[in-house]
Amino acid sequence: MSVTPSNQNIVPFVKKENILAALDRGVRIDGRKLNEYRKLSITLGYAKKAEGSALVKLGDTTVLAGVKLEEEEPFPDTPNQGNLVVNVELLPLAYETFEPGPPDENAIELARVVDRSLRDSKAVDLSKLVIIPGKKIWTAWVDVYVLNYDGNILDACTLASVAALYNTKLPKIEVEGENVRIIREEKTDIIPINYPVVTVTTAKIGNHIIVDPNIDEESIADVKLSISYTRDGRIVGMQKNFSGSLTLQDVDMMENISRSAAQYLLEELKKYLNL
Amino acid sequence: MMQVQKPRLILENGLRTDGRRPDEMRPIKIELGVLKNADGSAIFEMGNTKVLAAVYGPKEMHPRHLALPDRASLRVRYHMTPFSTDERKNPAPSRREIELSKVIREALESTVLTELFPRTVIDVFMEVLQADAGTRLVSLMAASMALADAGIPLRDLIAGVAVGKADGIIVLDLNEPEDMWGEADMPVAMLPSLGQVALLQLNGNMTPEEFRKGLELAQKGINIIYNLQKDALRKKYAEYKEE
Repeated sequence: MSVTPSNQNIVPFVKKENILAALDRGVRIDGRKLNEYRKLSITLGYAKKAEGSALVKLGDTTVLAGVKLEEEEPFPDTPNQGNLVVNVELLPLAYETFEPGPPDENAIELARVVDRSLRDSKAVDLSKLVIIPGKKIWTAWVDVYVLNYDGNILDACTLASVAALYNTKLPKIEVEGENVRIIREEKTDIIPINYPVVTVTTAKIGNHIIVDPNIDEESIADVKLSISYTRDGRIVGMQKNFSGSLTLQDVDMMENISRSAAQYLLEELKKYLNL
Repeated sequence: MMQVQKPRLILENGLRTDGRRPDEMRPIKIELGVLKNADGSAIFEMGNTKVLAAVYGPKEMHPRHLALPDRASLRVRYHMTPFSTDERKNPAPSRREIELSKVIREALESTVLTELFPRTVIDVFMEVLQADAGTRLVSLMAASMALADAGIPLRDLIAGVAVGKADGIIVLDLNEPEDMWGEADMPVAMLPSLGQVALLQLNGNMTPEEFRKGLELAQKGINIIYNLQKDALRKKYAEYKEE
């Protein structure tokens, strides 16, 4: 059951007038322009025991993604495909109102949006995750841990997942007839992802549309729209969020702003991942 | 046995697997006030998709500390009955149902005038009785009709329809094969007379041009559904007036 949240931090509501007054003048409380994305940094291989990992900082939003590979049997209807599972955890150490326990609706929604972006774009190549067709496959577990919340977790989660998958190299396999030997210590050059995907979130506050909302902006935003893109400009995922609504002109404008912000994120990924 | 090969979705005559044109919707049936105990209820059918929705409230919120001082809370559950699908669905809430309950709650919050009922809660329950593509939107529409039936003030009714891409063609109101094998699925719900988008999701892939074409097509469908929704309300309450 989904209940209207009651545990919201009220501090941003006190700042609402200041945020709106600044937006009217064309600036944001953190000094950015309305269509300006925050600076980001990516550290690959941050968690050494994972097959691949990445720490992403977007402003002060910090998320750590780790990829673990497990051998499993394929599903009967997809014998020649591996498996991808995305999970997002909103850790209680990341923010005052995040509580311990199994993933809540927010964490589940984040994970499912990231999963769909990776899957529907065909960025993650499930056919590469096959060990023996019909018998043995890899399940790639992408666990995304939110360590510090400063707004726009979703974009950071997609970035971290993509970076961690680029950091993942499949273990060496030796096949002798019926037997396979998996040598985890030795890596192949095969990575489970074909090309990058990015998610860009825009938000509407009053009559203003901003990209990459920070925590205060996000707390008072009426509505958010997140759009995922590939390098060739295809839209590979979309999710409206929050209780507000959008006019068709808003949607059109948000898609345009998001598409150009996606170029910035793809350039950044290129730099960090040596694509 | 599960079908592994993708079937043709657009046949040689340009029609879809169920004989519809690309811009044609499935037949719609709306029934109001179907449950005795609920304050408002509705059954909404779109083709073979059938959803029952019920509304209780506004009523006092328990526990009290969860009540909002300035408006009503919405408590929303989207649930699929185990027999609504080809293979039995486990009745425990899945991650999908948890996500959709949230997405539907947020869409309903854009139309319910919650500020009129501070410190209360409005319960909205949806049970999918038959699932044949489009269950989230049919559920959302059933809920909006049940809210209207309960007499809860709304900014507008919610009408929604999915658009998608099947064999490269933009199609309106996806059927199950198109949902499963098509290249894109984009559910859109609006408050039609206000021109506001209340729900928007997309999975699959579309170019920005296809996306805009899809939105336009969805709007056409939404206007048709909106008229049927208003007719259903008028029919129930106008008949009452004539007596």
